[in-house]
Amino acid sequence: MATTQLTATEAQGLPERERLVNDLSIQVATVNGSGSTSSNMVLLRALFQMGIPISGKNLFPSNIEGLPTWFTIRASKHGWIARRKEIDFLVVMNPETSEEDVRGLDPGAACVYDEKLDVKRFRDDLVFYPVPFDKLAAAVCPDAKLRKLVRNMIYVGVVARLLEIDMAEVEKAVRQQFKKKVKAAELNYKAVLAGYEFTAKNLEKRDPFFVERMNANQGKILIDGNSAAALGCMMAGVTVVTWYPITPSSSLCETLITYMKRYRMDPETGKATFAIVQAEDELAAIGMVIGAGWAGARAMTSTAGPGISLMSEFVGLGYYAEVPGVIFDIQRVGPSTGLPTRTAQGDILSTALLSHGDTKHPLLFPSSVDECYSMAMEAFDLAEGFQTPVFVMSDLDLGMNFWMSAPFAYPDKPISRGKVLDAADLERLGSFQRYHDVDGDGVGYRTLPGNAHPAAGYFTRGSGHDERAIYSEKPEVYTHNIDRLQHKFETLRKAVPGPVIEGEGEGLGLLAYGTSHWAVIESRDQLGKEFGVAADYCRVRAFPFSDEVTAFVRRHRRVYVVEQNRDAQLAGLLRLSLTGDDIGRLRSVLHYDGLPIDARSITEAVMSQEVGN
Amino acid sequence: MATTTAIPPRKVNRIGLEPAAYKGNKSTLCAGCGHNAISERIIEAFYEMGVEPHRVAKLSGIGCSSKTPAYFLRSTHGFNAVHGRMPSVATGTLLANRTMIAIGVSGDGDTASIGIGQFVHLMRRNLPLIYIIEDNGCYGLTKGQFSATADLGSTLKNGVVNDLPPIDTCALAIELGATYVARSFSGDKKQLLALLEGAIGHRGTAMLDVISPCVTFNDHEGSTKSYSYVKDHEEPLGDISFVPYFEDINVDYDPGTTTEVTLHDGSHLLLKKLAREYDPTNKVEALRALTESHDQGEVVTGLFYIKTGQPNFLDLLNVVDEPLATLPEARVRPPKRVLDEVMESLK
Repeated sequence: MATTQLTATEAQGLPERERLVNDLSIQVATVNGSGSTSSNMVLLRALFQMGIPISGKNLFPSNIEGLPTWFTIRASKHGWIARRKEIDFLVVMNPETSEEDVRGLDPGAACVYDEKLDVKRFRDDLVFYPVPFDKLAAAVCPDAKLRKLVRNMIYVGVVARLLEIDMAEVEKAVRQQFKKKVKAAELNYKAVLAGYEFTAKNLEKRDPFFVERMNANQGKILIDGNSAAALGCMMAGVTVVTWYPITPSSSLCETLITYMKRYRMDPETGKATFAIVQAEDELAAIGMVIGAGWAGARAMTSTAGPGISLMSEFVGLGYYAEVPGVIFDIQRVGPSTGLPTRTAQGDILSTALLSHGDTKHPLLFPSSVDECYSMAMEAFDLAEGFQTPVFVMSDLDLGMNFWMSAPFAYPDKPISRGKVLDAADLERLGSFQRYHDVDGDGVGYRTLPGNAHPAAGYFTRGSGHDERAIYSEKPEVYTHNIDRLQHKFETLRKAVPGPVIEGEGEGLGLLAYGTSHWAVIESRDQLGKEFGVAADYCRVRAFPFSDEVTAFVRRHRRVYVVEQNRDAQLAGLLRLSLTGDDIGRLRSVLHYDGLPIDARSITEAVMSQEVGN
Repeated sequence: MATTTAIPPRKVNRIGLEPAAYKGNKSTLCAGCGHNAISERIIEAFYEMGVEPHRVAKLSGIGCSSKTPAYFLRSTHGFNAVHGRMPSVATGTLLANRTMIAIGVSGDGDTASIGIGQFVHLMRRNLPLIYIIEDNGCYGLTKGQFSATADLGSTLKNGVVNDLPPIDTCALAIELGATYVARSFSGDKKQLLALLEGAIGHRGTAMLDVISPCVTFNDHEGSTKSYSYVKDHEEPLGDISFVPYFEDINVDYDPGTTTEVTLHDGSHLLLKKLAREYDPTNKVEALRALTESHDQGEVVTGLFYIKTGQPNFLDLLNVVDEPLATLPEARVRPPKRVLDEVMESLK
């Protein structure tokens, strides 16, 4: 440890077997706008740097200042990084929620609290650590205005001391958090030390939770899903980005702006090889994507549920007029405004079939920050390859929280721009028909505005059209076209990322997508170890569903579809791809309280249904 | 003397194209519709300016007006988008390819009602787009309901009186930052052609509200958008003529009688005074002229406002000169060292 005179640990009194090492969840309850994000990131980073698998989840309100907010950190030597419902170590800083926070703990949990809140009166079965935060903050920070922000840094020192977090790593994390703001870093680290020293002198360690250095994070990065997606978009060669601010998606385009300004300026002219526009609303954002996609750009927008609803009409145009575009949906809780800062997978069904008439759209389901990155690139290739809007269905948990990952790989294949005819191609061919299925895959050839060949031009429309793009209301022309679109969707089924399947059994299967993955893998472990139940697992990565997905369902007696919505939305889509008895194999595990899904809930939901079988 | 049969010279423009190269499909609008006359002027303007058709992108929303891009510049790429949202599609098109000359055709319903939000923001951005409102004060394609540009007191065919004031799209455009704002009349061939040619030469949002009577639903007595009403009440601000950049100005005019405006491409607009003094570079004067025209029941036409040299939206975005759409991979996918650098910063 950095401060050697403080290494003597009060934990010596506890028998070795009671030491619980590298397996705990910490929750910090604070007030929004009090600078707690910095403190929590320092804790998270320090544990990460110690090589312990971690995850950090910000459970925050739709508010800038004053409402309650919680941050949970999970450290797990087993690598389980889904949210855990049970809290082992609580830091109580918010008077408003203190009673509720303390009453929610399991017996034996540890609780660091602001001494003036006197939460000890609520329970007698917890390990309490009172800390005089105001007094310590005043000593560290004479400036009363800054004190509020520094106050939260003190608990970092308290927790570090109690859990034995390496102070050298804490100091490094503080410097990383404040980067160039050296003075702020100094002041904050002083506050950490004040908490640390107070604890060493005044508090006796009586809980069993400890952390120790591991080597699980070698070479790993820490990044949020929105930043990962932004990187993927930049590497995909995106050229037009149009967006409208909405939680939890705003940081995707904001981060993208930062990256693009740094790495995508033309070295010779100093001009941008991209255009990023903050539109007046989501209708305009998607309209610009459609216009840019039509004119040949790699165009994208990013939004959340309310934006998806607004984009509906344009997305139908994109489907029918066959215009590429990529839309990131960072899902939050609906319906309507819903819980804007909480997570869900509630837009699956409505997005898959977004817009009036017979429409459907490919959806990609990233589970990890690495897939946010790689699927961004796949989405552009699919959109241009199939000339249609493609959705990347992330969520708040993935998009806004920090996740560990192996460093992202540089793309191993060139950008694929799809079937575009230039003037030379037309010179050779003589003519072309925009919506004629030349190759039998349902995808026609297109030309871009600006193509100088006299046969290049065509008139794009959302009204009925024939193969030459000419207006038509003829029944057989309409049917032929809409059937070709269906055929195109069938071709897409084979082109989208397939599922990841584990296990070759025929009994019980779990099927999930997106962020549920992390809770599902832990639940599989629980089912096996605690109940002797072996469950195969199919992680779906895209809609339309690959044949392997439907085959997985057919192979198993019972398949539990785990998702974070009320209406079993993906199971509903899956039913449309199944026939007869196979539909009866589906069961649902549904989680929809706005908090990230946890393994225990899945295990319990599966076992309670298994009892009846 | 031997008789020779003289072959009549082929009529071509300065780039050797015949007028037919600028025509479109046969119109499916009603005979006598003002919109057809506007399509003819658009054809003439591009022909006379000698613009290569493939350099143009045609865009529209939904409604009678929005069908018309099919009726001019047949070989040009066109996009008939969704109702009231053409501005965003036009914006996207120009973001993808800034070398295009974009012309958007909208109607009074498409612009002033469902599309007012996108219209407002388009004007604000000064996107280099020729934006034409084919304005007949009613919804033709749904059989004649009032639109938001219908004048107070104007009547429908069945006698219903409009009791809400109109939205003046020209006043709005000026207020919001458009840099070329005019009103014309589909029946005023000379003025409309000059204004269209000027719009082609301008680099910024050129907003033309063209009164274009609906012969089927809004050409009766009591309508203020009928042929006879507009003919009787049209008050041109001045006499406007256009001299393209590839021709010399060979008109003599007395100093003080004519304002000469040089456009981005080197073309000129000559604005000759009629009854009144008018300075088209003065925003306040433009708004006053528009307000007075409403008070007096006149249909004032002409170029209300022009501002040259104002940076347009694409200039502000500082995008490269070439179309973003077709930049090669080497210019849009950063090298591996960039990704390595970012990864290192996240460790």
